[in-house]
Amino acid sequence: MELPALSIHEVKDLLASGQVSAVEVAHSVFDRIEAVEDKVGAYITRNNEQALAQAEAADQAIKNGNGGALCGIPLSVKDVLCTKGIRTTCGSRILEPFIPPYDATVVEKLKKAGAVILGKVSMDEFAMGSSNENCAYGVPKNPWNLGYVCGGSSGGSAASVAADECLASIGSDTGGSIRQPASFCGVVGLKPTYGRVSRYGLVAFASSLDQLGPLTKNVQDSALLLNVICGYDEKDSTSVNLHVPDYTSALVEGLHGITVGIPREYFGEGLDNEVEQAVKNGIAALRDAGAHVVDVSLPHTDYGVAAYYIVACAEASSNLARFDGVKYGFRDTDAKTLLDMYRHTRSKGFGDEVKRRILIGTYALSSGYYDAYYKKASKVRTMIVEDYQKAFQSCDVLVSPVAPTPAWRIGEKIDDPLSMYLADILTIPANLAGIPGASVPCGLSGAGLPIGMQLQASHFEEEKLLQVAFNLEKQLALPVKKPAGIVS
Amino acid sequence: MNISKEEVRYVAKLARLDIGDKEVENMTGQLDKILGYVAKLNELDTGPVEPTTHALSISNAFRNDVVRESLRQEDALANGPVHNEDAFVVPRVI
Repeated sequence: MELPALSIHEVKDLLASGQVSAVEVAHSVFDRIEAVEDKVGAYITRNNEQALAQAEAADQAIKNGNGGALCGIPLSVKDVLCTKGIRTTCGSRILEPFIPPYDATVVEKLKKAGAVILGKVSMDEFAMGSSNENCAYGVPKNPWNLGYVCGGSSGGSAASVAADECLASIGSDTGGSIRQPASFCGVVGLKPTYGRVSRYGLVAFASSLDQLGPLTKNVQDSALLLNVICGYDEKDSTSVNLHVPDYTSALVEGLHGITVGIPREYFGEGLDNEVEQAVKNGIAALRDAGAHVVDVSLPHTDYGVAAYYIVACAEASSNLARFDGVKYGFRDTDAKTLLDMYRHTRSKGFGDEVKRRILIGTYALSSGYYDAYYKKASKVRTMIVEDYQKAFQSCDVLVSPVAPTPAWRIGEKIDDPLSMYLADILTIPANLAGIPGASVPCGLSGAGLPIGMQLQASHFEEEKLLQVAFNLEKQLALPVKKPAGIVS
Repeated sequence: MNISKEEVRYVAKLARLDIGDKEVENMTGQLDKILGYVAKLNELDTGPVEPTTHALSISNAFRNDVVRESLRQEDALANGPVHNEDAFVVPRVI
């Protein structure tokens, strides 16, 4: 297999044994990007020059015997994370000229571990979207079928991993934005527990829901990346000061003693038959691996989307107030008064979906409506949290579909925001409760589009999540198939 | 109707967004539909339930009050669309 098609741990072995150099690996991925990027469109900003310097430094470190855990590994990073000296757009016109003067903590950790940062990948503007069609810099395509969306909002991350335009990527997940694109593109995506990974330097969408995590080619790589990015950060007062285990030690064969719960509300109306079938095959595989399977109920699942769009939009309307043309980004310079400058800058700089969510959030927080919307939604959030607490009394990991359907055609839902929102119905509850969740490939639809299985665990139980994910991957042993859309 | 055109205009003003007449029409229709969906929250009796604003029960996060290096002024100003050597520059306010 070509180098860019390998996983992190395979390339690590090649680098350690001196069979390839980090510079060779970097060049092989640059070539791959050159070959497929005009079809996929995963990147917003490329970073070959810095990447090459990082690869050279990695080779030196390997030679000196002091390379970090990701020494020489080329990664892409969602354009929501600040990267020192590299433009960070968040998929928005309003940040088109923004060059951060500092690195996000996660980026700093990746660099310290020796990673090679290939560039910044596409996303829905300010991470608001489920198809990556809300991006001011073009719409990335699903590598499995270029007429289909790659999911969102971390669509560029998922597409770049699936198309071998990097070995792995970092995305962010506010309502499913790592898990859903991972499912649509046939890669492994993991959203850690809220507070597990520092959000410092992550451009905020909804601060009580946002979390960063890896998109990778397999479960082992997910554990390797988690080892690097997790941990307390004094620059993020919501990060949690808890010991970070070696997540790779959770990757043990067999699920004896593990109980997986099947939440019946996740298999309701609107679930695509092929998705249901693929997930049921996955459940059978877990049983074969020794897991005990029980039925559970999360009765308020159906209220998640409604609660989420109030909470997330309310937080967004406040977080996005900072984009006013003063300190960074785009400014409309024709305006004569300060107020006009704010209004014109924001109206020209934000896309429609962002405006829509700012309006919903501002409305929900406005005088007279706060109790009816924000407070009500926050109470329903509590009911969703309690559903999970009850469910995790009888099981270790919840197993379900990630999304009700495989990827849809580009353009299909773009004029109907509500139908787009409802596509996140199965991923949103985990963000409201702050629990970890993952998407692991469990099959292909008849049309050749990937289907993912969602795993959810209780707070800080990433190890159980990984153990189940690892066994699912092993038991299913899906044939290695490369995305059909870019096979020439 | 869950939201009127006038309310959309008012909220846009609060949010410092300029929205043209045609956009108001569109947005009102879409927001009406979304808020109509959100109204399903009212099916639930949430009377005695405490609201959740944060997924983990962290209370105050304190750190030691120590002086440390911060961004140089030059770097902090560099991204300002209009700035001089000392400050960000905005249209005259008074």
